[in-house]
Amino acid sequence: MDYFLTEEQQMIVDTARQITDELIIPQRAELDEKDEFPREILESVAQADLFGLYLPEQYGGFGGGCFEMVLALEQLGRGCIGVATAFAASALGAYPILLAGSDEMKEKYLPEVATGKKRAAFALTEANAGSDASGIQTTAVLDGDHWVLNGTKQWITNGGEAQIYSVVAMTDRSKGARGASMFVIENTDPGFSCGPKEKKMGIRASSTTELIFKDCRIPKERLIGKVGSGFITVMKTLDLSRPGIASLGVGLGQAALDEAASYAKQRVQFGKPIISFQAVQHMLADMAIQIEASRALVYASAKHIAAHPKDMSKASSMCKVMATDMAMKVTTDAVQVMGGYGYMREYPVEKMMRDAKILQIYEGTNQIQRNVIGQELNKEYT
Amino acid sequence: MLKIDREACIGCGICEDTCTFGAIEVVDGCAVVNEKCTLCGSCVDVCEAGALAIERAEKSSQADLGAWKGVWVYAESRNGRLAQVAFELLGAGRRLADDLGVELAAVLIGANIRHQADELVAHGADRVYVADHPALADFTDECYSRVLSALIREHKPEIVLAGATAIGRSFIPHVASEMGTGLTADCTALEIRAEDRTLLQTRPAFGGNVMATIECPHTRPQMATVRPRVMKALVPDAGRAGQVVEVQPASGALESRVRVVNSVVEEQEQVNICEADFVVAGGRGLDNAEGFKLVRELARELGGVVAASRAAVDSGWIGYPHQVGQTGKTVCPKVYIACGISGAIQHVVGMQSADTIIAINRDPAAPIFDVATYGVVGDLFEILPRLTEKLKGGKST
Amino acid sequence: MKILVCVKQVPDAKDVRLDPKTNTLAREGVQSIMNPYDRHAVEAAVRLKEAHGGTVTVLSMGPPQAAEVLREAVSCGADEAVLVSDRAFAGADTWATTYTLAGAVRKLGGFDLVLCGKQAIDGDTAQVGPGLAWRLGIPYVTCVRRIEGCENGLLRAQRLMDDGYDEIEVELPALLTVVKEINEPRIPSLKGKMKAKKLEIATLSAADIGAEPQCIGLAGSTTQVVRVFAPQMTGGKTMITGTVDEIVDQLAAKLEALR
Repeated sequence: MDYFLTEEQQMIVDTARQITDELIIPQRAELDEKDEFPREILESVAQADLFGLYLPEQYGGFGGGCFEMVLALEQLGRGCIGVATAFAASALGAYPILLAGSDEMKEKYLPEVATGKKRAAFALTEANAGSDASGIQTTAVLDGDHWVLNGTKQWITNGGEAQIYSVVAMTDRSKGARGASMFVIENTDPGFSCGPKEKKMGIRASSTTELIFKDCRIPKERLIGKVGSGFITVMKTLDLSRPGIASLGVGLGQAALDEAASYAKQRVQFGKPIISFQAVQHMLADMAIQIEASRALVYASAKHIAAHPKDMSKASSMCKVMATDMAMKVTTDAVQVMGGYGYMREYPVEKMMRDAKILQIYEGTNQIQRNVIGQELNKEYT
Repeated sequence: MLKIDREACIGCGICEDTCTFGAIEVVDGCAVVNEKCTLCGSCVDVCEAGALAIERAEKSSQADLGAWKGVWVYAESRNGRLAQVAFELLGAGRRLADDLGVELAAVLIGANIRHQADELVAHGADRVYVADHPALADFTDECYSRVLSALIREHKPEIVLAGATAIGRSFIPHVASEMGTGLTADCTALEIRAEDRTLLQTRPAFGGNVMATIECPHTRPQMATVRPRVMKALVPDAGRAGQVVEVQPASGALESRVRVVNSVVEEQEQVNICEADFVVAGGRGLDNAEGFKLVRELARELGGVVAASRAAVDSGWIGYPHQVGQTGKTVCPKVYIACGISGAIQHVVGMQSADTIIAINRDPAAPIFDVATYGVVGDLFEILPRLTEKLKGGKST
Repeated sequence: MKILVCVKQVPDAKDVRLDPKTNTLAREGVQSIMNPYDRHAVEAAVRLKEAHGGTVTVLSMGPPQAAEVLREAVSCGADEAVLVSDRAFAGADTWATTYTLAGAVRKLGGFDLVLCGKQAIDGDTAQVGPGLAWRLGIPYVTCVRRIEGCENGLLRAQRLMDDGYDEIEVELPALLTVVKEINEPRIPSLKGKMKAKKLEIATLSAADIGAEPQCIGLAGSTTQVVRVFAPQMTGGKTMITGTVDEIVDQLAAKLEALR
């Protein structure tokens, strides 16, 4: 379907597509097999200026917004969710600085993120705090000109591979979520370390580790925004980033359909290609319908969000739920269409199915997203 | 210019369909040419109405083409060894020289190579010019070009052939430029047009999809590089008589702005698919790298080597040194077994001169069967293991 | 360092297929692309610029639409682009092509290094590089697989040979032709594409480069195409049929006989 992209937007799609077809697809199986972080691919992504896609031109970015990011991530997601996650996580780590950081802070960090010279990461989740931010136990205490952080973050994407971390810590535990603040941690800061790489079901090209803070002292200018504004910054960040996760689902679903449909044309049973059987046709048709509907919602939401409307959380959550639930369903069906071959590692769809699962979980589970949507509806219908 | 006779054109559109470059369109019932035209002439050949012609400006020929006589071959020598292609060129050159009724000469350039001249005589040369000088030990384009150009200027051969090897393809264009004459690269067939003693040079063009026959009408010598493994060498005759002429290069000829610091021979990485008698080649039909094992096993059993189509190399099942075809190597084995290779022309140009070609493919319409001596329509995964097994058994009994 | 790269727009040879019925080339959907070897030449030039400073100019001879490959080169890091284009250039063989390119190079002037792809995939002649170097009177090295360094007017490189490689030194100004092994061309960047989109491409005509009419295009060519034809398949095939066992028996017998 033609979404009438501008020439510049088409350029972004073409660039991301070329990276996906020429670099990611040929390497994805090996990266998955070896749990290998895609450093070289990300260097090419940086070379192509994609790391600065959503950043303002004054910081060396390309000046795009949520929609441009969605276009790029859809293409990368078509190749490998692991690689795309490593890329997207850098944006997630940089958004808090972009949204709430001081000019000096933006000046210091954003140009390096834009060129891809440094990668960023976002650190919210802990053992006892994920969806419920008030459970955060990492603390930050002001000591003269320094903040001192203590605690452990869990399952942090780009852990060990990022140089810049946007970290949520409690500055006043008595205030619950309102007592959270955000800080920039550099990988070289004293008292900061990363745990070993987690072993995951999917997105194995991406790195996931613990972040450990032991009397980690950082200059007080590393506070992002105001004391106690951490939770709001987190929410704004996720509102912007969720359509990106949704577009990974669209790309992944598309990739699964492409594999399943071309297989169904080649695979002959009972003397005919299986695509000529209605049972298979209907599965493929349902996949196509769901993918296109999700794409339309994701594109519309991303454009809507670019204007920073009041109901952006609802739009952001709706597209994330729809597109990622779709990706899980479509990849599962793709495996089904391909039967035994689909289940084998020799074909890419089993990896797609493993990768799809995380999309329903990270950046807020789809259950939490439905809560957000429900609460918004509750407000709307007073 | 491509001239279109508007009266004669019937607007049939055959030229439009034929043009590879999208340079002709039928507009209002008449062919119209656009700027994409390369004057290749394909449309002129197919126009049944005779409405198309390529207008060539009459060109003044180099003075007295008849003063140029004889066929020459550049005999490549590297690391103390004559290249196989030198003998193949002598085989081809001998035929051309006999057709023309002239002498066949070889030119040998290098250091300490004088003794190799006799081998060239045995392979058909009537005369060998030897430029043997320490400064010519390493191949440099400038020195080799100057030496060969000076000899051509002095002796005026009408034809000069060289191998389309790394060395030949590097310095022969420079020699042709020096002589102000045309050069046809990578020829696969050479013939003399009897009526005007012109050398007709045929080569694959356009990725091997088209063969083009080329002539060099106005200038001499007529120069061509020839693909290794295409021409046949003569059986050497140690008793043949020939003259060896030693040449002293002019001192200025030995100065080069390029210096070879070191020459590295990488034998271990070379896969000599060009020398083997039995070549077993695999293509896309093997499905994956695992399938390639079947090809390896058969090759091992036959004491042959493994080759591949571009599709198999591009899929990463086997390395580039194994690739046969337009963008790979040309082979000429006794037996070539093509397994699961569809037979795109780009592949076929690299193996069609094999003595016997056996093709095994699932698709009965695969073009590989058009070049095959023996064809088998069937499943490789059934046939190959059993054939390997059978050959093993055959040996023990 | 002032670097010039010669690039050519070619039909994507791997998409070109012969129609078995009509024996003509099916041109449907055949894309025009930058000659693949030239992409590596552009990358080599941009890397040299990044290491040593300077500028990269790309030059192409071809019809107006060849500007596309020049834009692609600019999106990959080249600074300037020049198109030599004139109806009078049509039908040029490599001799007339090098005459034309040399005229353009002299007109632009002052290059330390000229880079070309090893060959173009439509003609596969590999003659333009060496011929251009001769016209310009500069030394050249073909099939360069690595550029090792460049200082004091000397460039060190490795050239691919049939049995290995040579390490060489060449005095600048010089011309190199490169093979694919030399590098992995970068993917065009967004900013590069924006720059390429806006770029004014200078166009030189036959008159602009002071070309003699008898030296360019078909008139200036030393070779002429006599005939173009479809490659002949020469099989004389015998099909071997039967059960798998029968097929295997027959094949084994034939192979044993040939051993």
